Amino acid sequence: MNRSLTREQMTTILQSILCLVLFVVLLQLWLLNATLTAWLGGDDSNLWSAAVASIVCCVANVGLLRYLKKSEPQMNTDEHR
Amino acid sequence: MNESAKKSTVAPNGLPMVDQPAWRQAFPIDWPQDHFVARRDFTKFLALTSLPFALVQVGIGLLNWFHRHRGQPTAKAIAPLADIPVGGVLAFAYPEAHDPCLLLRPNENTLLAFSQKCTHLGCAVTPELERNCFLCPCHKGYFALDSGRPLSGPPRRPLPRITLETRDGVLFATGVEVQHT
Repeated sequence: MNRSLTREQMTTILQSILCLVLFVVLLQLWLLNATLTAWLGGDDSNLWSAAVASIVCCVANVGLLRYLKKSEPQMNTDEHR
Repeated sequence: MNESAKKSTVAPNGLPMVDQPAWRQAFPIDWPQDHFVARRDFTKFLALTSLPFALVQVGIGLLNWFHRHRGQPTAKAIAPLADIPVGGVLAFAYPEAHDPCLLLRPNENTLLAFSQKCTHLGCAVTPELERNCFLCPCHKGYFALDSGRPLSGPPRRPLPRITLETRDGVLFATGVEVQHT
């Protein structure tokens, strides 16, 4: 990212990332609930696929966090100060 | 504070800085920046929350793998055959002490044993001999008494069957047969 971002632009990006992260965490919560319910009921057919999906969600969240961390120094805070 | 900073700094009550109480004028806060930092920290917290979720999922998978590779449990004596009344029900634990099971003897020559844990959420099922079924009182799940297959309610999988064997007049539990629908 070469051009600097205004604080408003950065806030919009942050809010979008927050929404995405929230959605992914809720997805993981649902996945854990469904896996536990199935496993306690004796169905272990989807345990590893659910674990892989959860890991993918975790990696996506870490990726979004890294993107946020990378974008933040680009924010032009002087513009409004 | 310069002019542009004044424009971007809006107090929570929305009034201009000149109408703010003296303490807020003395210690102005850059509210948009404060909100930005709060949201960024919340995002970080949420993103890090997903790591324990993933770890728990992997933990469940590993736990299941260890359970599967434990092998078939060893045979365990339940009771002498003569002590089991026809039409009666006997509770026993197999393969471990915390695995409750039920033994039924509907007639002289038939012996049936099932795990007592409901396949929905693990509540203890109770036999309803007059209705020829097992009842899970937690969510009104019903299982067939002769096969353990689910009849109605939330359970979708049959009760695990305990295989039985008679050795010198004594009834033994020899294994757990997980049934699939």
